[in-house]
Amino acid sequence: MENLIVFAILMALGYGVGSYREKKHYEDIRRREKQTLHVPMMNFGAKQPLPQAQDSALFVGSVVITSDYFKNFSASLRNLVGGRVTVYETLIDRGRREATLRMKEQAIAWGATEILNVRLENSSISGQNRGKGQVAIEIIAYGTAVR
Amino acid sequence: MTSTRNSRAPLANRQSQLILTTLESVPGKEIVQHYGLVQGSTIRAKHVGRDIAASFKNLVGGELKGYTELLQEARQEATDRMILQAQQTGGANAIVNIRFATCSVAQGAAELFAYGTAVKVQ
Repeated sequence: MENLIVFAILMALGYGVGSYREKKHYEDIRRREKQTLHVPMMNFGAKQPLPQAQDSALFVGSVVITSDYFKNFSASLRNLVGGRVTVYETLIDRGRREATLRMKEQAIAWGATEILNVRLENSSISGQNRGKGQVAIEIIAYGTAVR
Repeated sequence: MTSTRNSRAPLANRQSQLILTTLESVPGKEIVQHYGLVQGSTIRAKHVGRDIAASFKNLVGGELKGYTELLQEARQEATDRMILQAQQTGGANAIVNIRFATCSVAQGAAELFAYGTAVKVQ
């Protein structure tokens, strides 16, 4: 019985706080994406002629993101029947957009007009907690800014 | 989420005058000599305090700021080691086609890896 109460509290906490923060984060991301829209990003580099530029520099943006209790539980339920795990999809989507934005904002502060050869990568670093269904994922975005 | 305490200066400006780029060449310059592959890596473990904080964070989700910072420091170190290797070649003044990789090698430890091609540009 006690276990059930603890479980219910953790679920409510995870769902309540988790989805509130997700909503806030998405609002923040959309606002910042609109602000940084004037600097185009590309992921080519080899087969295209380079744009005329004076200066170039490497920029890296990274974020480590983790799931909440509710997401863990609903993902483990989803494991039984298979299919899309939407709770994790939004999580990784947020992380990737955040990492890209961090790179872009640094580049804009430096005076970039374009960001070339952008690469995105993610890796799981959950370590000890992996068995408990918790995910911790590092997402990095890096590219060359030119001005 | 606010950005963590990463410096606003581009990586290249913090280290000598080496140009770092993910492109195959440096815009506005010409590659005159290749010095081959240079690489730098580091394996970092997180400490207990951060791990405890992270396990609380696991209830509500979101960003793990402590880990983000830890990995940024580690990536900087990997980049520094790569730069050192490029400087040891004697004539390189740029590293082109840089790639980063991360992978967790053991419980609570992650390897950060950076590699690129050292070149001389004019």
